[in-house]
Amino acid sequence: MTLLASSLLRRSGPTLDLWWIPRGLVLGLLAFVIFGPLANLVLWTVAERWYFPHALPIDYGFSYWARVFAPRGNAMESLGNSLLVASLTVLVSLALAIPAGYALARLKLPCRALILIAFLVPQAFPNLPVYVNVARLFYQIGLNGTVAGVVLVHVTHGLVFAVWIATAAFAAVDRELEQAARSIGAGALRAFLDVTLPLAAPGLLASAIFVFLESLDEFTGSYFVGAPDVNMLPLLLYSAGAGGNYQIASISALLLLVPSIGFMLVVERFLKSDVLAKVGQ
Amino acid sequence: MPLPLLGLLLVLPALAVIVLLFVVPLAASVVGAFVVADGFGLGNFVKTFALYTPDIVFTVLIVSLSTALIGAFAIAIGGYLTLGENPRAVAILRWLYRWPMFIPFIVVGQVLRTFLARNGLMNNVLIGAGLITPLDATSFLDWRGIVIAFVWKQTPFVALLVAGAMASVDRGTLEAARNLGASRARILIEILVPQVATTLMVSLVLSFVTMMSVLSVPLMINAQSPTMITADIAFRINAYGDYGVANALGLVSLAISACAAIVYLRHSVRERA
Repeated sequence: MTLLASSLLRRSGPTLDLWWIPRGLVLGLLAFVIFGPLANLVLWTVAERWYFPHALPIDYGFSYWARVFAPRGNAMESLGNSLLVASLTVLVSLALAIPAGYALARLKLPCRALILIAFLVPQAFPNLPVYVNVARLFYQIGLNGTVAGVVLVHVTHGLVFAVWIATAAFAAVDRELEQAARSIGAGALRAFLDVTLPLAAPGLLASAIFVFLESLDEFTGSYFVGAPDVNMLPLLLYSAGAGGNYQIASISALLLLVPSIGFMLVVERFLKSDVLAKVGQ
Repeated sequence: MPLPLLGLLLVLPALAVIVLLFVVPLAASVVGAFVVADGFGLGNFVKTFALYTPDIVFTVLIVSLSTALIGAFAIAIGGYLTLGENPRAVAILRWLYRWPMFIPFIVVGQVLRTFLARNGLMNNVLIGAGLITPLDATSFLDWRGIVIAFVWKQTPFVALLVAGAMASVDRGTLEAARNLGASRARILIEILVPQVATTLMVSLVLSFVTMMSVLSVPLMINAQSPTMITADIAFRINAYGDYGVANALGLVSLAISACAAIVYLRHSVRERA
């Protein structure tokens, strides 16, 4: 509201430059609110010693980085596990979502809207009680504490992005190109592999990145299904922070942060507006 | 093979994952809430309300307050992006506000735990600016920390959707109101917000449900009592292996989310009537 109030004051015309004072104050405050906490995190990653009442770290250094990246440290194991689980989650999600997305975009399906909504269900209900019961179920069939179990939990959660974006990506591919391929003798599968799939690839890549990040950042499911056997980066962040080791926690937070921010900066390049306009249709 | 059948066959594996790994466990949690030692009963709920009523109230208050603040900030940001007359200020805001959106909750928890602590950067800047003395510095790591974390993380998501909806409102109406002398605050409240009400409500309900199921933020920012339902569920499982009370708490959080969804549905029905 302050943003608006400050901009409202500005209607007097010639004194335009003066109005950068309230505007700058509000935008500056917003920048501090957004980047202040992030700056604090970066400071913690290079702080050797830092306690109250010192405003800034007493010693700076990279000794905690060395500890995180030590070949036999459990941080490397967590990072490896996180990347493995995220990659497998992407593979499984795409293997499920590509046929489903194609069918939802191209074929006449009964209850199409209902099927699309079904994939939204894991996002629309509080999922903590579900994870608790999934963990119990997995425990009975020996999947608890295995990489496969964690991957399955992440796939369930990531499918909404995978299926919805894949559906939109296939719907955005011009149908006539497919028909042209068919009319010069390509079979249905050939036309799909050589024409439709490559044209839908940027959208599918975007959905893959979405699923990858969702999996990389997922905490609750990994906490119940994976811990303590499958150690993942968010679990390491949590246990290091709970143990008061803010340096290790901040370094793992930074490792999780970089791919997320990077994706935010490039997402528009992958997710073109023609695909975006078809999401959820 | 007839086409609808082939289509269903292609969709079936993905659908099966959702049903087996989400719908079935969800049903199991609802049924499990009523399972007591000697069959079915309400024992778990008696225990839940005896032990956790303050936490349930706390959760409802925290999430409702956060939702209200998120809505207010999202309207302010969307409104300025749509009605702002200085292109440079609009561009800066557009670049600025989205940053927290893709930051995972677990990282938000860690980032704000250090920022809001007694010797965090926030207090240090306030002390440095001469606004408070070092003795006044207090930790914000209680209910305020949770609200700040939720608002920090969820506002960009709602603002993005609201700004998108506002951008597609007919410019002619806005210009006409402007020419008739309406202030921009009045245009925002009387024209823009009613037109994007559906988008705003949908995104706020989604945010509400998301906040209801976040475990990491309450665990990291405020683990002492009263805390949020999610932290209680985790505690019930880890400390006692007590699935009955955990499932009853889960059902309570489902019911609270359902209330939010019903508020939305009643609103949209009234809109259409």
